[in-house]
Amino acid sequence: MNIIVCIKQVPDTTEVKINPQTGTLMRDGVPCIMNPDDKGGLEFALQLKDKYNAHVTVITMGLPQAEAILREALAMGVDRAILLTDRKLGGADTLATSNSLAGALRTLDYDLIITGRQAIDGDTAQVGPQIAEHLDIPQVSYLEHLDFDGKKTLTIRKQTEEGYQVLQMDTPCLVTVLASAVKPRYMHMRGIVAAYKKEIEVWGADKINVPEEKIGKAGSPTSVAKAFPKSIKPAGSLFEGSAEEAVNLIVSKLKEQHII
Amino acid sequence: MDITQYKDVYVFAEQRGGVVQKVAFELLGKARELADALNEKVVAVLLGKDIENKAQNLIQAGADKVLVVDNDALKNYMTEPYTQALSQIINERKPDILLLGATTIGRDLGPRVSARVTTGLTADCTKLEIGENGEFLMTRPAFGGNLMATILCKDHRPQMATVRPGVMQRLEDTSARKGEVEKVEVSFNMEKINRVKLLESVVKPKTTKDITEAPVLVSAGRGVHKEYYGHLRELADELNGEVSASRATVDAGNMDHDLQVGQTGKTVRPQLYVACGISGAIQHLAGMEESEYIIAINKDKFAPIFGVADIGIVGEVEKIVPLLTEKIRNLKK
Repeated sequence: MNIIVCIKQVPDTTEVKINPQTGTLMRDGVPCIMNPDDKGGLEFALQLKDKYNAHVTVITMGLPQAEAILREALAMGVDRAILLTDRKLGGADTLATSNSLAGALRTLDYDLIITGRQAIDGDTAQVGPQIAEHLDIPQVSYLEHLDFDGKKTLTIRKQTEEGYQVLQMDTPCLVTVLASAVKPRYMHMRGIVAAYKKEIEVWGADKINVPEEKIGKAGSPTSVAKAFPKSIKPAGSLFEGSAEEAVNLIVSKLKEQHII
Repeated sequence: MDITQYKDVYVFAEQRGGVVQKVAFELLGKARELADALNEKVVAVLLGKDIENKAQNLIQAGADKVLVVDNDALKNYMTEPYTQALSQIINERKPDILLLGATTIGRDLGPRVSARVTTGLTADCTKLEIGENGEFLMTRPAFGGNLMATILCKDHRPQMATVRPGVMQRLEDTSARKGEVEKVEVSFNMEKINRVKLLESVVKPKTTKDITEAPVLVSAGRGVHKEYYGHLRELADELNGEVSASRATVDAGNMDHDLQVGQTGKTVRPQLYVACGISGAIQHLAGMEESEYIIAINKDKFAPIFGVADIGIVGEVEKIVPLLTEKIRNLKK
Protein backbone atom coordinates (compact mmCIF):
# COMPACT_ATOMS: atom_id res chain seq x y z
CA MET A 1 0.00 0.00 0.00
CA ASN A 2 1.31 3.40 -0.98
CA ILE A 3 0.22 6.33 1.16
CA ILE A 4 0.98 9.96 0.40
CA VAL A 5 0.47 12.55 3.10
CA CYS A 6 0.22 16.21 2.10
CA ILE A 7 1.59 18.45 4.82
CA LYS A 8 2.04 22.20 5.23
CA GLN A 9 4.36 24.41 7.21
CA VAL A 10 2.38 27.10 9.00
CA PRO A 11 3.09 29.90 11.46
CA ASP A 12 1.87 28.91 14.90
CA THR A 13 -1.06 31.30 14.89
CA THR A 14 -1.74 30.77 18.58
CA GLU A 15 1.58 32.53 19.21
CA VAL A 16 0.78 35.58 17.11
CA LYS A 17 0.20 38.77 19.02
CA ILE A 18 -1.31 42.08 17.99
CA ASN A 19 0.41 45.31 18.89
CA PRO A 20 -2.29 46.96 21.02
CA GLN A 21 -1.12 50.49 20.09
CA THR A 22 -1.04 50.11 16.32
CA GLY A 23 -3.35 47.14 15.81
CA THR A 24 -0.76 45.52 13.57
CA LEU A 25 0.43 41.95 13.51
CA MET A 26 3.66 41.15 15.31
CA ARG A 27 5.07 38.40 13.12
CA ASP A 28 8.58 38.42 14.50
CA GLY A 29 9.60 35.36 16.40
CA VAL A 30 6.46 33.41 15.54
CA PRO A 31 7.55 29.79 15.27
CA CYS A 32 6.73 27.72 12.19
CA ILE A 33 5.26 24.26 12.76
CA MET A 34 3.82 21.31 10.91
CA ASN A 35 0.10 22.02 10.58
CA PRO A 36 -1.66 20.11 13.41
CA ASP A 37 -4.34 18.41 11.29
CA ASP A 38 -1.62 17.30 8.82
CA LYS A 39 0.39 15.84 11.67
CA GLY A 40 -2.70 13.89 12.70
CA GLY A 41 -2.93 12.60 9.13
CA LEU A 42 0.73 11.61 9.20
CA GLU A 43 0.16 9.60 12.37
CA PHE A 44 -2.69 7.66 10.71
CA ALA A 45 -0.35 6.89 7.80
CA LEU A 46 2.41 5.69 10.12
CA GLN A 47 -0.03 3.44 11.96
CA LEU A 48 -0.89 1.82 8.62
CA LYS A 49 2.83 1.45 7.98
CA ASP A 50 3.29 -0.26 11.36
CA LYS A 51 0.39 -2.61 10.78
CA TYR A 52 0.43 -3.29 7.04
CA ASN A 53 3.94 -2.27 6.07
CA ALA A 54 2.58 0.60 3.97
CA HIS A 55 5.06 2.83 2.17
CA VAL A 56 4.59 6.43 3.32
CA THR A 57 5.59 9.50 1.31
CA VAL A 58 5.16 13.07 2.52
CA ILE A 59 4.92 16.01 0.18
CA THR A 60 4.77 19.69 0.92
CA MET A 61 4.47 22.71 -1.31
CA GLY A 62 6.06 25.83 0.05
CA LEU A 63 9.20 27.84 0.57
CA PRO A 64 12.58 26.08 0.82
CA GLN A 65 12.49 26.36 4.64
CA ALA A 66 9.51 23.97 4.63
CA GLU A 67 12.24 21.33 4.54
CA ALA A 68 12.07 21.50 8.36
CA ILE A 69 8.69 19.75 8.52
CA LEU A 70 9.85 17.11 6.02
CA ARG A 71 12.82 16.35 8.31
CA GLU A 72 10.38 16.08 11.20
CA ALA A 73 8.24 13.66 9.18
CA LEU A 74 11.30 11.59 8.30
CA ALA A 75 12.25 11.46 11.97
CA MET A 76 8.74 10.24 12.77
CA GLY A 77 9.30 7.39 10.34
CA VAL A 78 8.17 8.19 6.78
CA ASP A 79 9.98 6.57 3.86
CA ARG A 80 10.17 9.39 1.36
CA ALA A 81 9.93 13.19 1.45
CA ILE A 82 9.29 15.60 -1.41
CA LEU A 83 9.56 19.37 -1.35
CA LEU A 84 7.66 21.07 -4.15
CA THR A 85 9.07 24.55 -4.37
CA ASP A 86 9.21 27.04 -7.20
CA ARG A 87 8.57 30.76 -7.63
CA LYS A 88 6.10 29.86 -10.34
CA LEU A 89 3.93 28.16 -7.71
CA GLY A 90 3.87 31.21 -5.41
CA GLY A 91 0.84 33.40 -4.76
CA ALA A 92 -1.48 30.42 -5.23
CA ASP A 93 -4.97 30.30 -3.77
CA THR A 94 -6.52 26.96 -2.79
CA LEU A 95 -7.50 25.99 -6.34
CA ALA A 96 -4.03 26.64 -7.78
CA THR A 97 -2.45 24.90 -4.78
CA SER A 98 -4.64 21.85 -5.26
CA ASN A 99 -3.87 21.79 -8.99
CA SER A 100 -0.13 21.92 -8.25
CA LEU A 101 -0.28 19.17 -5.64
CA ALA A 102 -2.57 17.03 -7.80
CA GLY A 103 0.00 17.38 -10.60
CA ALA A 104 2.73 16.10 -8.31
CA LEU A 105 0.54 13.27 -7.03
CA ARG A 106 -0.25 12.10 -10.57
CA THR A 107 3.43 11.32 -11.08
CA LEU A 108 3.48 9.12 -7.94
CA ASP A 109 1.91 5.77 -7.11
CA TYR A 110 -0.76 6.06 -4.46
CA ASP A 111 -3.54 4.03 -2.93
CA LEU A 112 -4.44 6.47 -0.19
CA ILE A 113 -3.89 10.22 -0.03
CA ILE A 114 -4.15 11.85 3.37
CA THR A 115 -4.40 15.58 4.07
CA GLY A 116 -5.25 17.52 7.18
CA ARG A 117 -8.78 18.84 7.36
CA GLN A 118 -7.52 22.42 7.33
CA ALA A 119 -4.43 24.53 7.98
CA ILE A 120 -4.40 26.89 10.93
CA ASP A 121 -3.13 29.85 8.90
CA GLY A 122 -6.03 29.81 6.44
CA ASP A 123 -8.66 27.51 7.98
CA THR A 124 -10.22 26.95 4.55
CA ALA A 125 -10.48 23.11 4.52
CA GLN A 126 -10.47 23.27 0.71
CA VAL A 127 -7.25 21.79 -0.64
CA GLY A 128 -7.97 18.15 0.31
CA PRO A 129 -11.37 17.89 -1.42
CA GLN A 130 -10.07 19.88 -4.40
CA ILE A 131 -7.14 17.47 -4.86
CA ALA A 132 -9.59 14.54 -4.78
CA GLU A 133 -11.69 16.23 -7.46
CA HIS A 134 -8.70 16.88 -9.73
CA LEU A 135 -7.62 13.25 -9.40
CA ASP A 136 -11.20 12.00 -9.79
CA ILE A 137 -11.08 9.90 -6.64
CA PRO A 138 -13.62 9.76 -3.80
CA GLN A 139 -13.05 11.63 -0.55
CA VAL A 140 -14.17 11.50 3.04
CA SER A 141 -13.41 14.61 5.11
CA TYR A 142 -13.36 15.17 8.88
CA LEU A 143 -11.99 11.68 9.56
CA GLU A 144 -11.78 10.74 13.23
CA HIS A 145 -11.23 7.00 12.94
CA LEU A 146 -9.92 4.68 10.24
CA ASP A 147 -9.98 0.90 9.69
CA PHE A 148 -8.30 -0.82 6.76
CA ASP A 149 -9.04 -4.41 5.73
CA GLY A 150 -5.47 -4.95 4.55
CA LYS A 151 -6.56 -5.16 0.94
CA LYS A 152 -8.58 -2.38 -0.64
CA THR A 153 -11.35 -1.20 1.65
CA LEU A 154 -11.32 1.60 4.19
CA THR A 155 -14.01 2.03 6.83
CA ILE A 156 -14.03 5.56 8.14
CA ARG A 157 -15.72 7.35 10.97
CA LYS A 158 -16.44 10.92 9.97
CA GLN A 159 -17.26 13.62 12.52
CA THR A 160 -20.50 15.52 11.95
CA GLU A 161 -22.27 18.23 13.90
CA GLU A 162 -24.79 15.74 15.27
CA GLY A 163 -22.47 12.82 15.95
CA TYR A 164 -20.72 10.74 13.33
CA GLN A 165 -21.13 8.73 10.15
CA VAL A 166 -19.50 5.46 9.19
CA LEU A 167 -18.51 5.38 5.52
CA GLN A 168 -16.77 2.85 3.36
CA MET A 169 -14.72 3.26 0.19
CA ASP A 170 -12.05 1.46 -1.77
CA THR A 171 -8.64 2.75 -2.68
CA PRO A 172 -7.57 4.88 -4.47
CA CYS A 173 -9.17 7.58 -2.35
CA LEU A 174 -8.49 10.61 -0.20
CA VAL A 175 -9.27 11.40 3.43
CA THR A 176 -8.92 14.63 5.42
CA VAL A 177 -8.04 14.16 9.06
CA LEU A 178 -8.80 15.99 12.31
CA ALA A 179 -5.87 16.68 14.66
CA SER A 180 -8.07 15.81 17.62
CA ALA A 181 -8.59 12.27 16.30
CA VAL A 182 -5.14 10.98 17.16
CA LYS A 183 -2.03 11.73 19.18
CA PRO A 184 0.98 12.02 16.85
CA ARG A 185 4.08 10.08 17.89
CA TYR A 186 7.25 11.85 18.91
CA MET A 187 10.36 11.82 16.79
CA HIS A 188 12.71 9.21 18.20
CA MET A 189 16.48 9.72 18.54
CA ARG A 190 17.34 7.13 15.93
CA GLY A 191 14.80 8.72 13.63
CA ILE A 192 16.24 12.19 14.10
CA VAL A 193 19.74 11.04 13.22
CA ALA A 194 18.46 9.05 10.26
CA ALA A 195 16.32 11.99 9.12
CA TYR A 196 19.41 14.06 8.46
CA LYS A 197 20.98 11.32 6.42
CA LYS A 198 17.97 10.81 4.21
CA GLU A 199 17.62 12.79 1.07
CA ILE A 200 14.77 15.21 0.54
CA GLU A 201 13.71 15.35 -3.09
CA VAL A 202 13.29 18.91 -4.30
CA TRP A 203 10.87 19.32 -7.18
CA GLY A 204 10.24 22.39 -9.30
CA ALA A 205 7.19 23.32 -11.34
CA ASP A 206 8.70 21.61 -14.42
CA LYS A 207 8.34 18.26 -12.67
CA ILE A 208 4.56 18.31 -12.21
CA ASN A 209 3.30 18.77 -15.74
CA VAL A 210 0.51 21.23 -15.00
CA PRO A 211 -0.13 24.10 -17.44
CA GLU A 212 1.13 27.46 -16.19
CA GLU A 213 -2.35 28.97 -16.31
CA LYS A 214 -3.42 26.52 -13.59
CA ILE A 215 -0.69 27.23 -11.06
CA GLY A 216 0.56 30.14 -8.99
CA LYS A 217 -1.08 33.52 -9.21
CA ALA A 218 -2.30 32.96 -12.77
CA GLY A 219 -4.14 29.80 -11.73
CA SER A 220 -5.86 31.46 -8.77
CA PRO A 221 -9.47 32.60 -9.30
CA THR A 222 -9.38 34.52 -6.03
CA SER A 223 -7.11 37.38 -5.08
CA VAL A 224 -6.66 39.45 -1.97
CA ALA A 225 -7.92 42.99 -2.58
CA LYS A 226 -6.74 44.18 0.80
CA ALA A 227 -5.64 42.92 4.18
CA PHE A 228 -6.11 44.96 7.31
CA PRO A 229 -5.96 44.58 11.06
CA LYS A 230 -9.21 43.82 12.73
CA SER A 231 -11.00 46.95 13.80
CA ILE A 232 -10.73 47.06 17.53
CA LYS A 233 -13.78 48.42 19.23
CA PRO A 234 -12.96 51.01 21.87
CA ALA A 235 -12.58 49.28 25.19
CA GLY A 236 -15.16 49.99 27.84
CA SER A 237 -14.30 51.09 31.34
CA LEU A 238 -12.09 49.01 33.56
CA PHE A 239 -13.11 48.70 37.17
CA GLU A 240 -10.90 47.79 40.08
CA GLY A 241 -12.39 47.62 43.55
CA SER A 242 -14.13 45.35 46.01
CA ALA A 243 -16.34 42.49 44.89
CA GLU A 244 -19.41 44.26 46.32
CA GLU A 245 -18.72 47.43 44.35
CA ALA A 246 -18.09 45.40 41.22
CA VAL A 247 -21.41 43.60 41.59
CA ASN A 248 -23.26 46.88 42.09
CA LEU A 249 -21.70 48.24 38.93
CA ILE A 250 -22.61 45.14 36.91
CA VAL A 251 -26.19 45.19 38.17
CA SER A 252 -26.63 48.85 37.26
CA LYS A 253 -25.28 48.17 33.74
CA LEU A 254 -27.54 45.14 33.29
CA LYS A 255 -30.50 47.34 34.22
CA GLU A 256 -29.39 50.00 31.73
CA GLN A 257 -29.25 47.32 29.05
CA HIS A 258 -32.71 46.01 30.06
CA ILE A 259 -31.24 42.58 30.66
CA ILE A 260 -32.66 42.48 34.19
CA MET B 1 -15.70 32.37 -19.42
CA ASP B 2 -18.14 35.16 -20.32
CA ILE B 3 -18.97 36.40 -16.87
CA THR B 4 -21.74 38.71 -18.06
CA GLN B 5 -23.93 35.64 -18.62
CA TYR B 6 -23.88 34.87 -14.91
CA LYS B 7 -26.55 36.36 -12.69
CA ASP B 8 -28.49 36.00 -9.45
CA VAL B 9 -27.47 35.16 -5.94
CA TYR B 10 -27.82 31.47 -5.11
CA VAL B 11 -27.96 29.92 -1.66
CA PHE B 12 -27.34 26.24 -0.96
CA ALA B 13 -30.21 25.53 1.44
CA GLU B 14 -28.62 22.85 3.59
CA GLN B 15 -30.98 20.34 5.14
CA ARG B 16 -30.14 17.46 7.43
CA GLY B 17 -32.70 14.77 8.01
CA GLY B 18 -35.29 16.92 6.24
CA VAL B 19 -34.68 19.92 8.50
CA VAL B 20 -33.45 23.06 6.76
CA GLN B 21 -30.53 24.37 8.80
CA LYS B 22 -30.58 27.74 10.50
CA VAL B 23 -27.55 28.85 8.50
CA ALA B 24 -29.57 28.57 5.26
CA PHE B 25 -32.05 31.16 6.53
CA GLU B 26 -29.22 33.41 7.66
CA LEU B 27 -27.62 33.17 4.21
CA LEU B 28 -30.93 34.02 2.55
CA GLY B 29 -31.09 37.19 4.64
CA LYS B 30 -27.66 38.22 3.35
CA ALA B 31 -28.42 37.04 -0.20
CA ARG B 32 -31.51 39.27 -0.23
CA GLU B 33 -29.38 42.29 0.60
CA LEU B 34 -26.75 41.42 -2.05
CA ALA B 35 -29.34 40.70 -4.74
CA ASP B 36 -31.17 43.96 -4.07
CA ALA B 37 -27.89 45.86 -4.41
CA LEU B 38 -27.18 44.10 -7.73
CA ASN B 39 -30.77 44.22 -8.92
CA GLU B 40 -30.74 40.43 -9.22
CA LYS B 41 -32.84 37.59 -7.80
CA VAL B 42 -32.30 35.30 -4.84
CA VAL B 43 -32.45 31.60 -5.72
CA ALA B 44 -32.36 28.86 -3.07
CA VAL B 45 -31.18 25.38 -4.06
CA LEU B 46 -32.82 22.64 -2.02
CA LEU B 47 -31.43 19.12 -2.47
CA GLY B 48 -32.88 16.06 -0.75
CA LYS B 49 -35.64 13.49 -0.72
CA ASP B 50 -39.26 14.46 0.01
CA ILE B 51 -38.28 18.00 0.91
CA GLU B 52 -40.39 20.08 -1.46
CA ASN B 53 -42.67 21.14 1.39
CA LYS B 54 -39.74 23.08 2.88
CA ALA B 55 -39.51 25.41 -0.13
CA GLN B 56 -42.10 27.87 1.15
CA ASN B 57 -40.03 28.58 4.27
CA LEU B 58 -37.13 29.53 2.03
CA ILE B 59 -39.28 31.98 0.09
CA GLN B 60 -40.40 33.58 3.32
CA ALA B 61 -36.78 33.86 4.38
CA GLY B 62 -35.87 35.85 1.26
CA ALA B 63 -35.79 33.61 -1.84
CA ASP B 64 -37.53 34.69 -5.06
CA LYS B 65 -37.22 31.20 -6.41
CA VAL B 66 -36.48 27.76 -5.00
CA LEU B 67 -34.95 25.04 -7.15
CA VAL B 68 -35.83 21.64 -5.71
CA VAL B 69 -34.01 18.47 -6.68
CA ASP B 70 -35.86 15.54 -5.15
CA ASN B 71 -34.03 12.26 -5.56
CA ASP B 72 -33.20 9.09 -3.61
CA ALA B 73 -29.52 9.76 -4.24
CA LEU B 74 -29.84 12.96 -2.21
CA LYS B 75 -31.59 11.53 0.85
CA ASN B 76 -28.51 11.79 3.04
CA TYR B 77 -25.68 14.20 2.35
CA MET B 78 -22.92 12.45 0.41
CA THR B 79 -20.12 14.30 -1.36
CA GLU B 80 -20.55 12.94 -4.88
CA PRO B 81 -24.32 13.09 -5.54
CA TYR B 82 -24.55 16.56 -4.00
CA THR B 83 -21.55 17.72 -6.04
CA GLN B 84 -23.13 16.38 -9.21
CA ALA B 85 -26.47 18.05 -8.52
CA LEU B 86 -25.03 21.42 -7.54
CA SER B 87 -22.47 21.45 -10.39
CA GLN B 88 -25.15 20.70 -12.98
CA ILE B 89 -27.32 23.49 -11.63
CA ILE B 90 -24.35 25.87 -11.81
CA ASN B 91 -23.50 24.85 -15.36
CA GLU B 92 -27.07 25.19 -16.58
CA ARG B 93 -28.27 28.23 -14.64
CA LYS B 94 -25.03 30.23 -14.31
CA PRO B 95 -25.28 31.92 -10.91
CA ASP B 96 -23.33 35.11 -10.25
CA ILE B 97 -22.84 34.32 -6.57
CA LEU B 98 -23.25 31.08 -4.58
CA LEU B 99 -23.34 31.03 -0.79
CA LEU B 100 -23.00 27.93 1.40
CA GLY B 101 -22.92 27.43 5.16
CA ALA B 102 -19.45 26.73 6.55
CA THR B 103 -20.70 23.54 8.16
CA THR B 104 -19.22 20.05 7.91
CA ILE B 105 -21.36 19.61 4.81
CA GLY B 106 -20.69 23.01 3.24
CA ARG B 107 -16.96 22.69 3.82
CA ASP B 108 -16.96 19.27 2.12
CA LEU B 109 -19.24 20.19 -0.78
CA GLY B 110 -17.99 23.72 -1.50
CA PRO B 111 -14.39 22.87 -2.44
CA ARG B 112 -15.39 19.80 -4.44
CA VAL B 113 -17.88 21.87 -6.46
CA SER B 114 -15.48 24.79 -6.92
CA ALA B 115 -12.87 22.42 -8.36
CA ARG B 116 -15.42 20.75 -10.62
CA VAL B 117 -16.71 24.00 -12.12
CA THR B 118 -13.30 25.75 -11.84
CA THR B 119 -14.00 28.80 -9.76
CA GLY B 120 -12.82 30.42 -6.54
CA LEU B 121 -14.22 29.73 -3.09
CA THR B 122 -13.71 31.99 -0.10
CA ALA B 123 -14.12 30.24 3.22
CA ASP B 124 -15.67 31.43 6.46
CA CYS B 125 -16.57 34.95 5.35
CA THR B 126 -17.62 37.33 8.10
CA LYS B 127 -18.68 40.16 5.80
CA LEU B 128 -20.16 40.07 2.29
CA GLU B 129 -20.97 43.24 0.41
CA ILE B 130 -21.30 44.77 -3.02
CA GLY B 131 -18.68 47.41 -3.78
CA GLU B 132 -19.07 50.71 -5.62
CA ASN B 133 -18.52 49.12 -9.01
CA GLY B 134 -20.77 46.16 -8.37
CA GLU B 135 -17.91 43.89 -7.34
CA PHE B 136 -18.53 41.19 -4.73
CA LEU B 137 -16.32 41.80 -1.69
CA MET B 138 -15.76 38.79 0.55
CA THR B 139 -14.07 39.55 3.86
CA ARG B 140 -12.72 36.84 6.09
CA PRO B 141 -10.33 36.41 8.98
CA ALA B 142 -6.84 35.35 7.95
CA PHE B 143 -3.78 34.24 9.83
CA GLY B 144 -5.77 32.53 12.59
CA GLY B 145 -8.08 35.51 12.98
CA ASN B 146 -5.24 37.97 13.48
CA LEU B 147 -5.89 39.83 10.25
CA MET B 148 -8.86 40.46 7.99
CA ALA B 149 -8.61 40.01 4.23
CA THR B 150 -11.03 41.14 1.54
CA ILE B 151 -11.10 38.65 -1.33
CA LEU B 152 -12.26 39.10 -4.91
CA CYS B 153 -13.07 36.49 -7.53
CA LYS B 154 -12.72 38.64 -10.63
CA ASP B 155 -12.83 36.45 -13.71
CA HIS B 156 -14.56 33.26 -12.58
CA ARG B 157 -18.19 32.54 -11.82
CA PRO B 158 -19.99 31.76 -9.66
CA GLN B 159 -18.25 33.72 -6.94
CA MET B 160 -18.49 31.17 -4.15
CA ALA B 161 -18.33 31.87 -0.42
CA THR B 162 -19.01 29.97 2.77
CA VAL B 163 -20.24 31.62 5.98
CA ARG B 164 -20.26 30.09 9.43
CA PRO B 165 -23.57 29.64 11.24
CA GLY B 166 -24.46 32.59 13.45
CA VAL B 167 -22.55 35.20 11.45
CA MET B 168 -25.31 36.57 9.22
CA GLN B 169 -28.85 37.39 10.33
CA ARG B 170 -32.10 36.17 8.89
CA LEU B 171 -34.70 38.65 7.68
CA GLU B 172 -37.11 39.79 10.33
CA ASP B 173 -40.58 40.27 8.92
CA THR B 174 -41.03 37.90 6.01
CA SER B 175 -44.60 36.61 6.22
CA ALA B 176 -45.84 38.41 3.10
CA ARG B 177 -43.14 37.28 0.69
CA LYS B 178 -44.06 35.43 -2.50
CA GLY B 179 -41.93 33.32 -4.80
CA GLU B 180 -41.74 30.46 -7.23
CA VAL B 181 -40.88 26.80 -6.68
CA GLU B 182 -39.34 24.86 -9.56
CA LYS B 183 -38.58 21.15 -9.59
CA VAL B 184 -35.34 20.36 -11.37
CA GLU B 185 -34.16 17.03 -12.75
CA VAL B 186 -30.52 16.09 -12.52
CA SER B 187 -28.85 13.17 -14.27
CA PHE B 188 -26.66 11.22 -11.88
CA ASN B 189 -23.54 9.21 -12.64
CA MET B 190 -24.26 6.30 -10.29
CA GLU B 191 -20.92 4.62 -10.83
CA LYS B 192 -19.13 7.57 -9.27
CA ILE B 193 -21.74 7.88 -6.55
CA ASN B 194 -21.39 4.23 -5.54
CA ARG B 195 -17.69 4.62 -4.79
CA VAL B 196 -18.58 5.67 -1.25
CA LYS B 197 -21.14 3.85 0.88
CA LEU B 198 -22.83 5.22 3.95
CA LEU B 199 -23.04 2.42 6.50
CA GLU B 200 -24.35 4.29 9.50
CA SER B 201 -25.37 7.78 10.65
CA VAL B 202 -25.24 8.23 14.38
CA VAL B 203 -26.84 11.16 16.14
CA LYS B 204 -25.41 11.52 19.60
CA PRO B 205 -28.02 12.52 22.17
CA LYS B 206 -27.66 16.21 22.89
CA THR B 207 -26.38 16.66 26.39
CA THR B 208 -26.04 20.39 26.04
CA LYS B 209 -28.12 23.30 24.81
CA ASP B 210 -27.17 25.07 21.61
CA ILE B 211 -25.09 28.01 22.78
CA THR B 212 -25.69 29.94 19.56
CA GLU B 213 -29.36 30.22 20.52
CA ALA B 214 -28.88 31.43 24.08
CA PRO B 215 -29.66 35.10 24.80
CA VAL B 216 -27.11 35.13 27.63
CA LEU B 217 -23.85 33.21 27.90
CA VAL B 218 -21.70 32.87 30.99
CA SER B 219 -18.40 31.61 29.71
CA ALA B 220 -15.65 29.82 31.61
CA GLY B 221 -11.97 30.24 30.83
CA ARG B 222 -8.73 28.85 32.13
CA GLY B 223 -8.92 31.26 35.08
CA VAL B 224 -11.91 29.50 36.64
CA HIS B 225 -11.30 26.27 38.49
CA LYS B 226 -13.64 23.40 37.66
CA GLU B 227 -15.10 23.33 41.16
CA TYR B 228 -16.57 26.80 40.62
CA TYR B 229 -18.46 25.95 37.43
CA GLY B 230 -21.58 25.54 39.55
CA HIS B 231 -21.45 29.28 40.30
CA LEU B 232 -21.42 30.08 36.58
CA ARG B 233 -24.33 27.69 35.98
CA GLU B 234 -26.38 29.43 38.70
CA LEU B 235 -25.71 32.85 37.20
CA ALA B 236 -26.63 31.57 33.74
CA ASP B 237 -29.87 30.10 35.10
CA GLU B 238 -30.74 33.35 36.83
CA LEU B 239 -30.29 35.22 33.52
CA ASN B 240 -32.09 32.55 31.44
CA GLY B 241 -28.82 31.78 29.72
CA GLU B 242 -26.36 28.99 29.16
CA VAL B 243 -22.80 28.20 30.14
CA SER B 244 -20.12 28.21 27.44
CA ALA B 245 -16.36 27.85 27.46
CA SER B 246 -13.04 28.92 25.97
CA ARG B 247 -10.81 26.57 24.05
CA ALA B 248 -8.46 26.14 27.01
CA THR B 249 -11.33 24.84 29.14
CA VAL B 250 -12.46 22.42 26.44
CA ASP B 251 -8.93 21.22 25.65
CA ALA B 252 -8.40 20.52 29.35
CA GLY B 253 -11.38 18.17 29.11
CA ASN B 254 -13.45 20.21 31.56
CA MET B 255 -16.24 21.10 29.15
CA ASP B 256 -17.81 19.64 26.05
CA HIS B 257 -16.64 20.80 22.62
CA ASP B 258 -20.23 21.79 21.80
CA LEU B 259 -19.86 24.58 24.34
CA GLN B 260 -16.70 26.07 22.88
CA VAL B 261 -16.78 29.65 21.65
CA GLY B 262 -14.20 30.86 19.14
CA GLN B 263 -12.42 30.22 15.88
CA THR B 264 -12.47 26.44 16.24
CA GLY B 265 -15.72 26.44 18.19
CA LYS B 266 -18.92 28.39 17.67
CA THR B 267 -19.62 31.97 16.71
CA VAL B 268 -22.06 33.51 19.16
CA ARG B 269 -23.76 36.88 19.40
CA PRO B 270 -25.90 36.85 22.55
CA GLN B 271 -27.43 39.92 24.17
CA LEU B 272 -25.03 39.45 27.04
CA TYR B 273 -21.71 37.62 27.20
CA VAL B 274 -20.05 37.27 30.58
CA ALA B 275 -16.42 36.19 30.14
CA CYS B 276 -15.16 34.66 33.37
CA GLY B 277 -11.43 34.10 33.71
CA ILE B 278 -10.97 34.22 29.93
CA SER B 279 -7.78 35.95 28.85
CA GLY B 280 -9.10 36.66 25.36
CA ALA B 281 -6.92 34.99 22.74
CA ILE B 282 -7.67 36.39 19.31
CA GLN B 283 -9.26 33.05 18.36
CA HIS B 284 -11.72 33.40 21.22
CA LEU B 285 -12.54 37.02 20.45
CA ALA B 286 -13.33 36.04 16.85
CA GLY B 287 -16.21 33.93 18.15
CA MET B 288 -17.83 36.38 20.56
CA GLU B 289 -16.91 39.99 19.88
CA GLU B 290 -20.20 40.63 18.06
CA SER B 291 -22.11 40.01 21.30
CA GLU B 292 -24.31 42.97 22.12
CA TYR B 293 -22.98 43.54 25.61
CA ILE B 294 -19.80 42.07 27.04
CA ILE B 295 -18.78 41.86 30.67
CA ALA B 296 -15.33 40.49 31.43
CA ILE B 297 -14.09 39.42 34.84
CA ASN B 298 -10.41 38.62 35.15
CA LYS B 299 -7.67 38.92 37.73
CA ASP B 300 -5.15 40.16 35.18
CA LYS B 301 -5.85 43.77 34.31
CA PHE B 302 -3.83 43.42 31.12
CA ALA B 303 -5.94 40.55 29.77
CA PRO B 304 -6.82 41.21 26.09
CA ILE B 305 -10.47 40.33 26.79
CA PHE B 306 -10.83 43.77 28.39
CA GLY B 307 -10.16 45.27 24.96
CA VAL B 308 -13.55 44.11 23.68
CA ALA B 309 -15.52 44.31 26.92
CA ASP B 310 -18.11 46.99 27.58
CA ILE B 311 -17.23 46.72 31.22
CA GLY B 312 -14.15 45.05 32.58
CA ILE B 313 -13.92 43.95 36.17
CA VAL B 314 -10.50 43.30 37.61
CA GLY B 315 -11.21 40.76 40.29
CA GLU B 316 -11.88 37.18 41.29
CA VAL B 317 -14.59 35.25 39.50
CA GLU B 318 -15.13 32.94 42.49
CA LYS B 319 -16.10 35.92 44.66
CA ILE B 320 -17.92 38.14 42.21
CA VAL B 321 -20.12 35.62 40.41
CA PRO B 322 -21.95 34.15 43.45
CA LEU B 323 -22.50 37.65 44.84
CA LEU B 324 -23.89 38.78 41.51
CA THR B 325 -26.24 35.81 41.29
CA GLU B 326 -27.51 36.49 44.78
CA LYS B 327 -28.07 40.16 44.07
CA ILE B 328 -30.02 39.45 40.86
CA ARG B 329 -32.07 36.84 42.67
CA ASN B 330 -32.95 39.31 45.41
CA LEU B 331 -33.95 41.95 42.85
CA LYS B 332 -36.42 39.56 41.29
CA LYS B 333 -38.21 39.00 44.59
